[in-house]
Amino acid sequence: MGAIRIAASMQDVHCVLHAPQGDSYADLLFTMIARSAKRPPVTYTSFQARDMGADTAELVRKTLRETVDRFQPQALLVGEACTGELLQDQPAALAQGMGFDCPVVPLELPAFTRKEQWGASETFHQLVRTLLRGQPPRARDPAAEGRRPRANLLGATALGFRCRDDIAEVTKLLDGAGVDVNLSAPAGASPEDLRRIPEADFNICLYPEIAQSTCAWLERMFKQPWVKTVPIGVGATRDFLREVGEVAGIDTSAAIAAGRTRLPWFSRSVDSTYLTGKRVFIFGDASHVIAAARIATEELGFEVVGLGSYSREFARELRTAAERYGVEALISDDYLEVESAVLELAPELVLGTQMERHIAKRAGIPCAVISSPVHVQDFPARYAPQMGFEGANVIFDTWVHPLMMGLEEHLITMFREDEEFHDEAVASHLGSGRVSSSSAETAARPAATAEPTMSADDMGAEAALVWESEAERELKKIPFFVRGKARRNTERFAAERGVARITVETLYDAKAYFGR
Amino acid sequence: MSGASDIASCGGSLPVQREHGQRQVFCGLAGIVWLHRKIQDAFFLVVGSRTCAHLLQSAAGVMIFAEPRFGTAILGDRDLAGLADCNEELDRVVTELLARRPDIGTLFLVASCPSEVIKLDLDNAAARLAREQQGRVRVLAYSGSGLDTTFTQGEDTCLSALVPELPEADAGGEALLVLGTLPDVVEDQFRRLFEALGIPALHFLPPRRGSELPPVGPGTRLLAAQPFVGGTAAALVDRGATLLEAPYPFGIEGTRAWLGAAAAAFGIAAARVDEVTAPAVARAERGLERYRAQLAGKRISFLPDSQLEIPLARFLQHECGMTLVEVGVPYLDRRMMGAELDWLPSDVRLTEGQDLERQLDRLRADRPDLTVCGLGLANPLEAEGLTTKWSIELVFSPVHGFDQAADLAELFVRPLNRRERLAF
Ligand code: SF4
Ligand code: SF4
Repeated sequence: MGAIRIAASMQDVHCVLHAPQGDSYADLLFTMIARSAKRPPVTYTSFQARDMGADTAELVRKTLRETVDRFQPQALLVGEACTGELLQDQPAALAQGMGFDCPVVPLELPAFTRKEQWGASETFHQLVRTLLRGQPPRARDPAAEGRRPRANLLGATALGFRCRDDIAEVTKLLDGAGVDVNLSAPAGASPEDLRRIPEADFNICLYPEIAQSTCAWLERMFKQPWVKTVPIGVGATRDFLREVGEVAGIDTSAAIAAGRTRLPWFSRSVDSTYLTGKRVFIFGDASHVIAAARIATEELGFEVVGLGSYSREFARELRTAAERYGVEALISDDYLEVESAVLELAPELVLGTQMERHIAKRAGIPCAVISSPVHVQDFPARYAPQMGFEGANVIFDTWVHPLMMGLEEHLITMFREDEEFHDEAVASHLGSGRVSSSSAETAARPAATAEPTMSADDMGAEAALVWESEAERELKKIPFFVRGKARRNTERFAAERGVARITVETLYDAKAYFGR
Repeated sequence: MSGASDIASCGGSLPVQREHGQRQVFCGLAGIVWLHRKIQDAFFLVVGSRTCAHLLQSAAGVMIFAEPRFGTAILGDRDLAGLADCNEELDRVVTELLARRPDIGTLFLVASCPSEVIKLDLDNAAARLAREQQGRVRVLAYSGSGLDTTFTQGEDTCLSALVPELPEADAGGEALLVLGTLPDVVEDQFRRLFEALGIPALHFLPPRRGSELPPVGPGTRLLAAQPFVGGTAAALVDRGATLLEAPYPFGIEGTRAWLGAAAAAFGIAAARVDEVTAPAVARAERGLERYRAQLAGKRISFLPDSQLEIPLARFLQHECGMTLVEVGVPYLDRRMMGAELDWLPSDVRLTEGQDLERQLDRLRADRPDLTVCGLGLANPLEAEGLTTKWSIELVFSPVHGFDQAADLAELFVRPLNRRERLAF
């Protein structure tokens, strides 16, 4: 899958995978999710049970031959999916022995162990190594050559989160700082283009998950320094420009000063006061999570209550970041684990992937998507980068919007206690998940009933607590938009202290305990 | 009805062109997406790779499930090293799962390509785990692997695994068994029609709950509602059932003939069938009228995908007046398609299997008005100026029976209609 992402990002590359028919579902991720108008350049050997008795190696050779004849690629990636690997046909070795004109890049990806992003990173790295083999490092001096410094933008891929617009935005940003873009890869590049990588003065590692190992290798082999800051958020974009200045030996302070972004002012404006201390949970790929945590705390005034990632390769960086916010990094690709973390932390906003969006939706928590895995709506028609100053504007809107809506709906409900607007109704933009779940508000029954009502907390608590009806009535007096939280806090407070019946006293004890 | 004269009997001998090469089709794991919704107390545990897990996720991606009743036990390096470890690991996963989910009545262990290649015996594992559960949970195994199943065939292998579990029918107990997953709403419509016809006893396989398995025996008359359940049908015949020869209940003609076959098997007069179905037929005629005008004369090609291609092609040609250019099927099961093939025009280009690039070359040369294909191909073909219909929708939507005949036609009208509306 990682290899397909690289092939699909590029021009004139074709990939042959020794894989069973079902694996071709991967195509639809590109054609449906990214609305790609072209099929990804991948041919599957589609071996079946009946082939396995016969010569599957011959099937590989036939597929390779027909693919090269038909597509005439400039470079051929050859690999196998997990099941293909088990057959031990060595398709890459077969391809190398077939005397094709184009370079053959073997995909030596130990199947079964690693994940998509790692596969993409390895594939890109191997492709670059193969194509640059034999090229000597060259001396570069933009000033002496009378030109602006040149950079490669590395790491953007098909199915990457907002890559299309990020590349445009970063190109603009660099142009303003006096830097030209030599090329962007893998997205949009051909093997011919990759051969021009050494012509740049330095590299910019936009998506470390994909390009870090390649950047490090290029530094060793071609003496190309690289920019490591990922320009997501206002602060990071400024840092990025500063680092570009250092690496390129130019002064970028004017470009930094000229940066137009509304985020800082919007964030300071009084309207945003209600964002203060919003508890946020962040999950996604490492770079987006680390960037998001910084924006959340420094630029929006949220509180990070949990963060994590599925990018195991970047566990160290994540842990360091998590420490900064006094939380522990959750490194996992098990969404059930992520779900239980979300439910336990009960954040007010979730920033995550499409998976977390589903989790948040079920839990009735507002959510914004910040990272791949992506869904079709993560490829908007409009220009919506994450990087650079414009990216910061986009981020402000997309993260604050679900919260605003939340407040708005709460206000409506507060003033309108009639049928449609009664306070058990769910915020319409949150979907219907909350109505059916035994959430906090469901238990808020008419206080007229004499018996105490039962309530389970959001996690489907082990021990049900009993609210005395008077306490229940008191709870109803609390403004609606904080009532759920008051109920949760009180129940947590009671549970921790082994209090089984919640009285008005308990309610206020808890309030005093939790503050705010 | 328009093309009555076309019902030339070219028999099961219609020539077919066999193709072998790259395929663009799901594997049988995809069946889990609808099977888990149908059998409400079943859990499907795929024993496979990350690819399998990913496929399931993408195939089910359209739905938001509260607590999915399917999952993947991912084979890792260690499992590949030794089958013993692998079995141990599987036992652990299953025991944990069943402890956590007391609502599971039937657990299916679903084999994948990797589990088959390393020869992990899931039948054995299922028997072992069932013993451990001491009858509390039924544990069965079947294959959804891409090595031996395509897309809808995964339902066939799943239902086949249920056949040995079916109770023996009482001697002399005459009953109709409808085979193949139908949406509940369609199942209920058919139930009402069969009852009105006077069918003495009626069962569906799969049932809505794994604990409500229908009985089978010599009195069982088997009527397939889906064309991809050939293996299950054969297994039921081995248990004494009689397979009724019928077309599939798509469109008015198909549904009437399908009901008619069941009625005949129980000695119910054709006149009675006409009488019972008349209101529904009239309604369907009215509904279909509108769409027939928009489809008539249009040329259509099917790429192989769901096994529904032949009956749908027959419906579109016969009842909607479309012209068939190419009808591709993943595999041709003549036993299950007999009645359908009889209804296809004798000059149709019927292809079995797939060699993707060549098929696309033909398609580009044919340039039909509408192409039915999988999701991986739809957008790229649209970009080439072809109008497409995703086949997967035909599998997930209620399209069987009289009351869905118009809906079915509408699914083909919509892309054409859209093309017409848009200015670019
Ligand atoms: S084709 Fe095989 S390996 Fe691929 S998803 Fe299907 S079962 Fe898994
Ligand atoms: S190693 Fe990962 S990416 Fe490669 S085939 Fe297996 S599951 Fe897919």
